[in-house]
Amino acid sequence: MDVTSHRFAEKVRKAIADPQIQRALETAGPRFDLARRAAFSSFPEGEALRDLGRDIKARTLAELDQQLARLANSVERVGGEVHWASDAAEARRIVVDLAEGYGAKRVVKSKSMTTEEIGLNQALEGAGIETIETDLGEYIIQLAGEAPFHIIAPALHKSREEVTELFIEKLGSRRLESREELTQEARKILRDAFRGADLGITGVNFAVADTGTIAVVENEGNARLSTSLPKVHIAVMGMEKVIPDMSSLSVFLKILARSATGQKMSSYVSCITGPRRQDEEDGPEAFHLVILDNGRSRLLADPELREALRCIRCGACLNICPVYRHAGGHSYGWVYSGPIGAVITPSFVGREQASALPFASSLCGACRDVCPVRIDLPRMLLAQRRKIIADSDPACKEESSRMSSAQAAPAPSSRRAERLAMKLFTATMASPRRYRWAGAMLQLASRFFRRRGGWWRPPLITGWTQLRDVPEPARQSFRQRWASRAR
Amino acid sequence: MKTALFVTCLVDQLFPQVGEATVRLLERCGRQVEFPEAQTCCGQPASNMGYGDEARRLGRRMIEIFEPFDEVVTPSGSCASMVRVQLPELFEHDAEWRPRAQRLASKTLELTELLGQEGFEPGAVRFEARVTYHPSCHLLRELGGGGSPEALLAQVPGIELVELPDAEVCCGFGGAFSAKMPELSGAMLDAKLKAVEATGASVLTATDCGCLMHLGGAINRRQGVAINRRQSPLKVLHIAEILAHDGNLNEA
Repeated sequence: MDVTSHRFAEKVRKAIADPQIQRALETAGPRFDLARRAAFSSFPEGEALRDLGRDIKARTLAELDQQLARLANSVERVGGEVHWASDAAEARRIVVDLAEGYGAKRVVKSKSMTTEEIGLNQALEGAGIETIETDLGEYIIQLAGEAPFHIIAPALHKSREEVTELFIEKLGSRRLESREELTQEARKILRDAFRGADLGITGVNFAVADTGTIAVVENEGNARLSTSLPKVHIAVMGMEKVIPDMSSLSVFLKILARSATGQKMSSYVSCITGPRRQDEEDGPEAFHLVILDNGRSRLLADPELREALRCIRCGACLNICPVYRHAGGHSYGWVYSGPIGAVITPSFVGREQASALPFASSLCGACRDVCPVRIDLPRMLLAQRRKIIADSDPACKEESSRMSSAQAAPAPSSRRAERLAMKLFTATMASPRRYRWAGAMLQLASRFFRRRGGWWRPPLITGWTQLRDVPEPARQSFRQRWASRAR
Repeated sequence: MKTALFVTCLVDQLFPQVGEATVRLLERCGRQVEFPEAQTCCGQPASNMGYGDEARRLGRRMIEIFEPFDEVVTPSGSCASMVRVQLPELFEHDAEWRPRAQRLASKTLELTELLGQEGFEPGAVRFEARVTYHPSCHLLRELGGGGSPEALLAQVPGIELVELPDAEVCCGFGGAFSAKMPELSGAMLDAKLKAVEATGASVLTATDCGCLMHLGGAINRRQGVAINRRQSPLKVLHIAEILAHDGNLNEA
């Protein structure tokens, strides 16, 4: 998928100026969050299960190689085939080769962020294979040619009216005014798609190492159909999705739906263990599991960022985030948005490309409070900030030599100016004498600017003064008042 | 018990009346307050902007300056959380400074935490105003909420405390974030001020001068009133100013 994270500021401006997007965000964020709160408030064991979920993920990540090997063994034992992909291109090639090998003409897909991440739809279409998204929201954005706006609600930003127009333009349908009519129309088309599909592709919410079972969580039944009607099922998973055993799965299922939509359990949880057996009537004849790295081992190797791999993609941190609630999903410029997107995107696409993202936070900490697996997101945003600043530090060769050439791009002049200002600030604050002198300068400057009329709007900090006045420095600082009081 | 006031650079230079109010409150809690004059900034701006070395340099100063004291009190949840949470993390891999940072962390308190702990009761002077309280994020989430600031406010005679809708949503300050990403910060600010207006309060209060400078600066811009002059219909006051109120607020 194309990365546009470097255009974050520009996209934020556009999102904030778009009343439809702001309206959608204003209702969706609080609605999801209220549902989450209600679900956990009537679930006293929720907090302990969140601790347990965190611990299971942490333990699994600490021995990820062994857990993945166990998973691969189990999948093969039940008749599935396992494929390892180190990056997006390899994953695309594996899936396209498989599809071509089966002679597939039409693929049905259920919503999967991982396949968005690797740009699978474009690759399949490029190989002449018709590819149809079967989750309603994902189908809508596929028609619109857009990326998901939200981890669990990809078409959250689209109004009903926009979908009406989209269906007229892309499907030639008549003017359908109600949600029910639109859903029925999509359902009709998608049912036909399922019937004629040769291949079903899904993501994976959890992959159980013990049994080789993959769990797919959804509300529309489209993943169930994608994995049972076509002759072949390919599941694509990020390598962090492995969990040790079925009892772990029960922990995560209890906290995932509650955190995502406020449901006790999502409408469908499909647990798939290999292809159809001899005595079974349903299910595909072949099952393939593609296990994807694509930058995850970089996160795994970094003790400051590793815990981001605990993420179960519930979207709760997006829903509560006041930045996401205004910036929206597309501003982040890649697949994952919100606080978790701001943390992991730089590690996936390169820090220089996504250098604005970790700074797009007031560090309010609301995301950490809602994360079902207790990822300390503000702390990791800080860690990414330090890495980005170190990348641009000429004195910090050791750090930058470890990076790919794309990441070691020279610092832009604004970053150099900021570094200089920070050095000046630190030197001032490191000496009480210089600090007092700076205070006196501030006094003089404020008097100078005041005499020129208007409220004090000093240059250099226009980002502040475009919205807010700067307070006048006090005529006597606290320390001066303290000194005269002591006398 | 040796108690030090960590006044914060913002209060020192821009809002000294908040520092004075804090001293009055500490004295009413029986503290003999000392003010170590070498103090400047805790280093949070550097830390939050990703400048770890600079933050550690200022952090080491903080640790040294406050080492002789038994207790350090500050009228800011954000600066307190810098000392309590971020400093020990910044020195995580430093065998010499980590324990010293942890010692400082363990004796540093945000003002309302100390007031709550001491069972502080506001004086008899009435404060006749409709007041709404914005809980600053770092006190709320990094430090676990402080010493019930709202309960402290509710005890002030004459006060009419009104609940702020969506109080726990960030105001959009975030230090350098407010100047680096003015569109996002401004959108969050608008939402917060709309909520404040809906309360019909004449006073907006919080535990942090950073948030208040951001909110107050925007109120002034919109109303054309100077931040320090307190002529606008909506005043912005630090919680210490209300709790230590002795009838002379307007001459602050």
